[in-house]
Amino acid sequence: MATTQTAVSTRGKLFVRPTWTRGIGSWLTTVDHKRLGILYIVSAFLFMGAAAIEAFIMRLQLLTPNMNVVNPDQFNQLFTMHGVTMVFLAIMPLGIGLANYFVPLQIGARDLAFPRLNAFGYWVYAFGGLMIYSSWFLGGAPDMGWVAYAPLTSLSHNPGLGVDFYMFGLFISGIGTTGTAMNLIVTIVSMRAPGMTMMRVPVFAWMMLITSFMIIFAFPPLTIAFLEVILDRTFGTLFFVQEAGALPILWQHLFWIFGHPEVYIIILPAFGVISEIIPTFSRKPLFGYPIMILSGILIAFMGFAVWTHHMFTTGLGPVVNTAFSLTSFIIGIPTGVKIFNWLGTLWGGSIRFTTPLLYALAFLVTFTLGGITGIMVAMPTFDAQVHDTYFVVAHFHYVMGGGALMAFFGALYYWFPKMTGKMMSERLGKIAWVFTVVGFHLLFFPQHLAGMLGMPRRIQTYPEGIGLELVNMLSTIGSWVMGVGLILILAGVIHAFLRGKPAGKDPWDARTLEWTTSSPPAYYDFAVQPVVNSLDPLWVEKHPGAMGGVTAPDPESGKAYDAHGIHIPGQSWFPFVAALALTVGCYGLMYDNIVFAIICGLAFIFCIFGWAYEGVGGTHLHLDLAEEGK
Amino acid sequence: MSAEASTAATGTVVAPYRSSKLPDVKLMMWVFLASDTMFFGSLIGTYLAYHNRSLVGPMPRDLFDIPLTTVSTFVLLMSSFLMVLALHSLRQNDISKFRLWTLGVAVFGSIFLGFQVYEFTHFANAGLSVHQNLFGTTFFILTGTHGVHVTVGVLWLVSLLITSYLRPMQAKDAVYLEIAGLYWHFVDIVWIVIFTVVYLVEFL
Repeated sequence: MATTQTAVSTRGKLFVRPTWTRGIGSWLTTVDHKRLGILYIVSAFLFMGAAAIEAFIMRLQLLTPNMNVVNPDQFNQLFTMHGVTMVFLAIMPLGIGLANYFVPLQIGARDLAFPRLNAFGYWVYAFGGLMIYSSWFLGGAPDMGWVAYAPLTSLSHNPGLGVDFYMFGLFISGIGTTGTAMNLIVTIVSMRAPGMTMMRVPVFAWMMLITSFMIIFAFPPLTIAFLEVILDRTFGTLFFVQEAGALPILWQHLFWIFGHPEVYIIILPAFGVISEIIPTFSRKPLFGYPIMILSGILIAFMGFAVWTHHMFTTGLGPVVNTAFSLTSFIIGIPTGVKIFNWLGTLWGGSIRFTTPLLYALAFLVTFTLGGITGIMVAMPTFDAQVHDTYFVVAHFHYVMGGGALMAFFGALYYWFPKMTGKMMSERLGKIAWVFTVVGFHLLFFPQHLAGMLGMPRRIQTYPEGIGLELVNMLSTIGSWVMGVGLILILAGVIHAFLRGKPAGKDPWDARTLEWTTSSPPAYYDFAVQPVVNSLDPLWVEKHPGAMGGVTAPDPESGKAYDAHGIHIPGQSWFPFVAALALTVGCYGLMYDNIVFAIICGLAFIFCIFGWAYEGVGGTHLHLDLAEEGK
Repeated sequence: MSAEASTAATGTVVAPYRSSKLPDVKLMMWVFLASDTMFFGSLIGTYLAYHNRSLVGPMPRDLFDIPLTTVSTFVLLMSSFLMVLALHSLRQNDISKFRLWTLGVAVFGSIFLGFQVYEFTHFANAGLSVHQNLFGTTFFILTGTHGVHVTVGVLWLVSLLITSYLRPMQAKDAVYLEIAGLYWHFVDIVWIVIFTVVYLVEFL
């Protein structure tokens, strides 16, 4: 009655499937959602570190008037790379990485629907990011701002390779993001545990479903916009060549049709995280679960109808401005609903002030402040005054940094025990929280005032005597305080690895299925297929009859679903090699070596065929439950 | 346990539990096509935004040959019809007919591509290129992207056709043809939109 593994019938002998379980090869060929999730999260934090260094240099440059730490050209590269990194390579992948790890666990699945596509998605993201960062060593980083407005990207205005690195790098990482989003949709729709109806899906998984739908609709316009600039620069098309009658504003439309949904692509996973943390530490079910889901859907829907509020000052006329101003106000309603529902969940709960909850509370306050300034800039008249000033910088840092990032720090503390089996130090965590939150507000609140005083964004320095000295100095000091906080968070992670107490299955007394697995979960996730018949299945299991009298299903009932054996998908080289071929081919195009690019293209096509013909592969696992300690 | 394991090895395993009736690959294809809609939407949007903004000729009216493009459109439409027949044959386990109709789809797709190559060459000889004017840029990239989609479809169908000789293909494999079919019909529909918006509207 030992645990047995049976290989899924392999089709043909041409392709040997790797079976390493340890070492670098096992990570390069892995298709396991947990390993890929960790790769995403670690990569995202590394990119975030790079972006933080860029930010510290910028803040140092702005400490006092007329400083010259970096010259204007370098400053342009710094703010461009900071923005690109944080949006595309840090915060969004952090959400996707958490989804990779926890969506299957939360819905009682054992992997994503297409594990190799998932691996491909990670590798193109990682290679795309590295490609953009390689620009620092290959002639200078992109320097036109993260929004890359035409015609700043045209060959005549910006002949350096920086723009090409931006376009190609984000182009290929965008392909990966779209693929992963499609994968998540199929997973959440098709691979929920028996009994888990859509209205029993945990809110984080729900928000990832909505986010994934936003990604598949928002990324194609961006991909087309990138493609048009790439074709302009590489093959001499005229998409953004004004001399031929082209409209630079077309870029703004395509970019913001992606760009505003992107804000919600970043923030909805954060909403999901908050909706997991607050009920757990209030020991109450989430207040208004259905309305939370519906507001998420409404936000996603309206998110596609507000992009022009980024373009109020481009002269589209009062009718357009009014319409988009109204839609921007409307999107505040479902967002407000969510805020009040979180407050409603806290209200009357028996609250435990753990580090994750503290981050969730910081999120509530900071995000609400960012939302209020959002309503302010949604007024075209006000926007005309503060457009492209530090007020806008403060606004979106409150939403993205104080909103999404605080939530993801909370998620780190919340799910770290599950991912590693070690608890993070609460004391160190709380000290880090104080520095991070105080530093954040000291860093970004004065920027509202700088903006109101008329300080434009993306400016290398400012003169004395126009009232900008104090706000900038406070802001820079804030960056140091927040920097200490970030270092303390890192120290907390290291401390947990060295000294962390064992976490056990369910250290937080939580509510959802991921906490029924061992910490970290075994490679097959669940020894027995979970079966659910209510929201918050783990809570019901621990407190029979708690949620309106429902009881947990018999834990034995899941065994029937495993009769065929647990399918463990086979590792594969193809996703990694395909991503590599795609990336290297882009270098060929950038350096006008078409033959090399075509060879890489053929290698990519070979990988696609190899991928298709090697099949899913893997093994069927029959667990001996006694042996596995269940 | 070992009895079950041997059952697994003989391939008569029960399929893993799924919470949706749609096969994973089919749902994936629908999701991909939803995304591809925005992809073509953005290209068509670009074409329309730059419509009549070219500063120099040649202009669309100088070049478009509606009867010719109507014929190629008809060929592509008929390929979708053959696609339906191919899927039906495979579901009936009629492999020889499946091969015939699938080959038919691939051939009709190739004929459409041939028309497109002819049209592109003809336009190029008349002085239109991606460097010439905005019409050239947007027209070639939009129809070229569609052409790439058709090419991918033809390669896909040919691969399925070759696969059917390499390993047994049965009615239960029909879903793999079905998703290729979904893709094919979608590419077909996109062409109808392009034919209407780019070609026909020009002569309203």
